[in-house]
Amino acid sequence: MTCRPTDFHPALRVVHWLMAAMVLAMLFIGVGMVSTTGPLYLVLLALHRPVGIAILMLVLIRLPLRLATGAPTLPADLPMLQQRIAKGTHVLLYAAMLGLPLIGWAMLSAGGYPVALTKGIALPPILPHDLALYALLREAHTVVALLFFALILVHFVAALMHGLIRRDGVLRSMTVGHAKPAVGPPTPTEKYSTTPAADDD
Amino acid sequence: MPSDKRFIIAPIALISAIVLLLVVGFAWAAGWIGGRRINGGDVIAALDYNGGKHPGYRRAHAKGLCLRGTFDANGAGAALSSAQALARGRYPVIGRFSIAGGNPLATDGRNVFHSMALILKTPDGQQWRMAMDHTPIFPVADVASFIALQRATRPAPGTGKPDPAVMKLFLAAHPEVKAFQDYMAKAVLPDSFANATYYSINAFRFTGRDGTSLVRWQFVPEAPLAGLDKKALDRLPRDWLFREMEARTAKRPSRWHLRLVVANPGDVTDKATVAWTGTHRTIDAGTLTVAAVEPEEAGACRDLNFDPTILPAGIGLSDDPLLPARSKTYSSSFTRRAGEGPGPSAIGKDLHGETVR
Repeated sequence: MTCRPTDFHPALRVVHWLMAAMVLAMLFIGVGMVSTTGPLYLVLLALHRPVGIAILMLVLIRLPLRLATGAPTLPADLPMLQQRIAKGTHVLLYAAMLGLPLIGWAMLSAGGYPVALTKGIALPPILPHDLALYALLREAHTVVALLFFALILVHFVAALMHGLIRRDGVLRSMTVGHAKPAVGPPTPTEKYSTTPAADDD
Repeated sequence: MPSDKRFIIAPIALISAIVLLLVVGFAWAAGWIGGRRINGGDVIAALDYNGGKHPGYRRAHAKGLCLRGTFDANGAGAALSSAQALARGRYPVIGRFSIAGGNPLATDGRNVFHSMALILKTPDGQQWRMAMDHTPIFPVADVASFIALQRATRPAPGTGKPDPAVMKLFLAAHPEVKAFQDYMAKAVLPDSFANATYYSINAFRFTGRDGTSLVRWQFVPEAPLAGLDKKALDRLPRDWLFREMEARTAKRPSRWHLRLVVANPGDVTDKATVAWTGTHRTIDAGTLTVAAVEPEEAGACRDLNFDPTILPAGIGLSDDPLLPARSKTYSSSFTRRAGEGPGPSAIGKDLHGETVR
């Protein structure tokens, strides 16, 4: 038995779901805005930058929180390969959350654009004005975004497999959490209960 | 873990359905499936079809010259907009003179847009980017018509003029183009970049001391207007306008007055094809002084996108659908040429003593 928590810290769970909504919305906004020359282009563009920077700020809060509060152990019966894949995808998810807004910011800097968050509020450039660099980062912004979306789908499928098929409490650790056992650590029966009513996560 | 297959089929079906929904939704948002929409690449394809492919250059107004100067705001514009650029003061300006078309080495002897683009920076960290033409109106009002215009006006091989049959069909479908054609036929084609009036083309929403108003602006030159002989355009040396501007600026700076024109009730503010007629409230907001011009290789203008929707607080977009279309297309053009790497400019080429085509 380890003394690691059975659930993610409540604050981490709140940030997770908030960011899930924001990131998913941003990916749709991003591919949507570049697809059109219509009025929606500028409407979505005006949303894209402030939401992107908000995501960056949230992940800067979330990453230390996650490192400080830790993560629950994965079920012991999960094959080692799956455990490694789980760990790897989470590292990549954090890298994308951090990297995509930074690439966006850097890309606008290299393109000589003002990094306007809203009318009247602009961020300083983080790279020198360089067109070749801009071209590279602009391409990277798209590629990383598409990979991020694919990664989110993998993450989502894995979470639902844990919640609906394995019913091993992994999904619950990021949603409502587990009921606190009265005394001591959870018994195997509690942890791996197969009663559908008790394990609807 | 339930071992019974019946317990697994339903969740797997549910998971697959949600994933499918997300993927289809994403593809729809990206425009990969569903109704056809016009993206930046479509406009660029039309421009390339018209003017030929010139990798590394702006897809429109490819031939240009960088400018540097200052804008002296007299403060009168503050009535209309709270932008710092209109508060009394002197602000640095960089910009670009250009001639319409996608060919960076085209001849100046054509009856097309003469243009001035500017970036006006203020100490509050804001920018006002403008891309203006020497005509008060634009031939078309929306992006679909712009694409149709590019396709219809493609110079036919041999004659160098648009195919009359194609043009006739286009004009029948786009009667709004007539106003522009009439204007271009009658208007003086300025014989210098320095004596042309440059117009904002679109209306913009200004917010200032007097509330909110829709404004078109123009830079009115101090130099008196004189025209090129339209009948002798094919005899004009290739870089005549650019050379003239270089020679002129070496001797003395050129000046323009920024005139803000406020829409009257009933003026069309969402169609750049329609001129505003009659008397309007106008404000002289200050003086632009162009003190230096440089080839794009040496100047600061080449690697910038003069996107007219990059505006300071106090100036916003109107409902003109050309504005998002211009912004998206400029951005697509910018990204493409950034990846392709810049080529020499017509003026820069001469500077380096290279043979010109």
